[in-house]
Amino acid sequence: MAKLLAVTIIVIAILSAIPVVMNTWKAPADISTHGHLIDNQMSDTMVEAGVSFLAAQILLAIFIWQFSSPRTDGKVKTFPGGAKGLVIAAIVLVGVEVLALGAFGSKAWAQVYFTPPGVDAMPIQVQAGQFAFYFRYPGPDGKFGPLHPEMINEGNQNLFGLDPEHDVDSRDDIVTAEMAIPVNKEIHLLMHAKDVSHSFYVPALRIHQDFVPGLDLSLHFTATQIGKYEIVCSQLCGLGHYNMRAYLEVMSPQDFDDWQKKQAAAQ
Amino acid sequence: MQMKHAVIAGLVMLGASALAVAGPSGGTVTGKVTYEGTPAKMKPIDMSKEPSCAKMYATPQLVETVVTGAGNSLENVVVYVSAGAPDEAAPSTAATFTQKGCRYIPHLLAFQVNQELKIINDDQTSHNIHPLPKLNREWNKSQPPGTPPISEKYDKAEFIPVKCNVHPWMHGTFAVLKNSHFAVTADGGSFSLANLPPGKYTITAWHESYGDQSQDVTISGTESKTVNFVFKAKPY
Repeated sequence: MAKLLAVTIIVIAILSAIPVVMNTWKAPADISTHGHLIDNQMSDTMVEAGVSFLAAQILLAIFIWQFSSPRTDGKVKTFPGGAKGLVIAAIVLVGVEVLALGAFGSKAWAQVYFTPPGVDAMPIQVQAGQFAFYFRYPGPDGKFGPLHPEMINEGNQNLFGLDPEHDVDSRDDIVTAEMAIPVNKEIHLLMHAKDVSHSFYVPALRIHQDFVPGLDLSLHFTATQIGKYEIVCSQLCGLGHYNMRAYLEVMSPQDFDDWQKKQAAAQ
Repeated sequence: MQMKHAVIAGLVMLGASALAVAGPSGGTVTGKVTYEGTPAKMKPIDMSKEPSCAKMYATPQLVETVVTGAGNSLENVVVYVSAGAPDEAAPSTAATFTQKGCRYIPHLLAFQVNQELKIINDDQTSHNIHPLPKLNREWNKSQPPGTPPISEKYDKAEFIPVKCNVHPWMHGTFAVLKNSHFAVTADGGSFSLANLPPGKYTITAWHESYGDQSQDVTISGTESKTVNFVFKAKPY
């Protein structure tokens, strides 16, 4: 019985490692400048965790095969007695591995969060609310008008609570339901939630940001490939969460200018 | 929304009151609802988050908070008898509110207290209709595609804004009224309230953005009286 368990453990360990090793489920192609750091971190983690996992499972199977016995009269040694050295080694090894992953991964994190955006980065405001994302561009004056949450009126498409009648800076702001950006241009996202917690997730961009109501979040990235990508909400936010998404269009600079003119005319 | 405007453009009373028009029983109040000034531009709606609805439209749909028609007419105005007529029992037919193309049809639905309200989902996507009353009971109901209509009713007269929890751009209004003398203006802005027994009535016109106005009218027989309403449009 014990030998069967040992074999089962080895079989399950190998079967679950095969799809990972063969990269069966590929992440979408990375279209950002910082994405490779995140992908490398992911690979490093999978390799180190994978090796540790296989080693642990194989050792476990060997011990079960070798030392199990139908005898019930033998003295059972108490843990960790006799294997203290091995236990300490295991703790140190795994501990170092986790710390190393954290240290090497900090560069990926810092690239997105701790370095400020360049002065030429294009600011776009993102508002997540039940159950849609809306975006605001500052318009030709380069300034965002003030927000008045009490003036939000979705029936009138005043989604951000702008007051163009009294706020001059709001008059040229462009509010859209889809986010278009020019390719190879650094984008600075200024994000907030209108009501409950949401999350902004674009897998191809390797951008994933939780929204906490009350917090103003800032991150920046540069997209490197033209195309249409899905922005999905990945934090359960209510009964319409399954339907909460928007589309990101990465365009050539010319197409982006045309798009922005068209959107401005529709305000 | 009880804003009172003192604006009356053309109130034609007397004159040819010998116009014996309409109803087998009672007089008629007819008129037009128009606006003066410049109304705000109605913004287009971007439905890209719901492709099954977005693909139904060649050009984007416009918001319907202020819908204007030919001759400065104002649509979606409920004109009703707010005083002078007794409360009536609800008719047995249902008032129907349809969700189609991720819009509410009609934008404003007028029906009576305790009349059955039937809500239909004619789209390929789920909706979650959420009326926002202050006097009546508040509820919201999910309605996946292909499910039977929702049946509800309201027991108090009220103007109730309606929204969809899933699609933020969907907005409408329920006008729950106490009697059967009401009309909702369409293109052209005209309305007609018929079968009014002799008496003194207060006719009220209500618009979701411009508030309400009232005028008194007296019916003595089977004549037709004209009552017009002019609302002041707001540019923002």
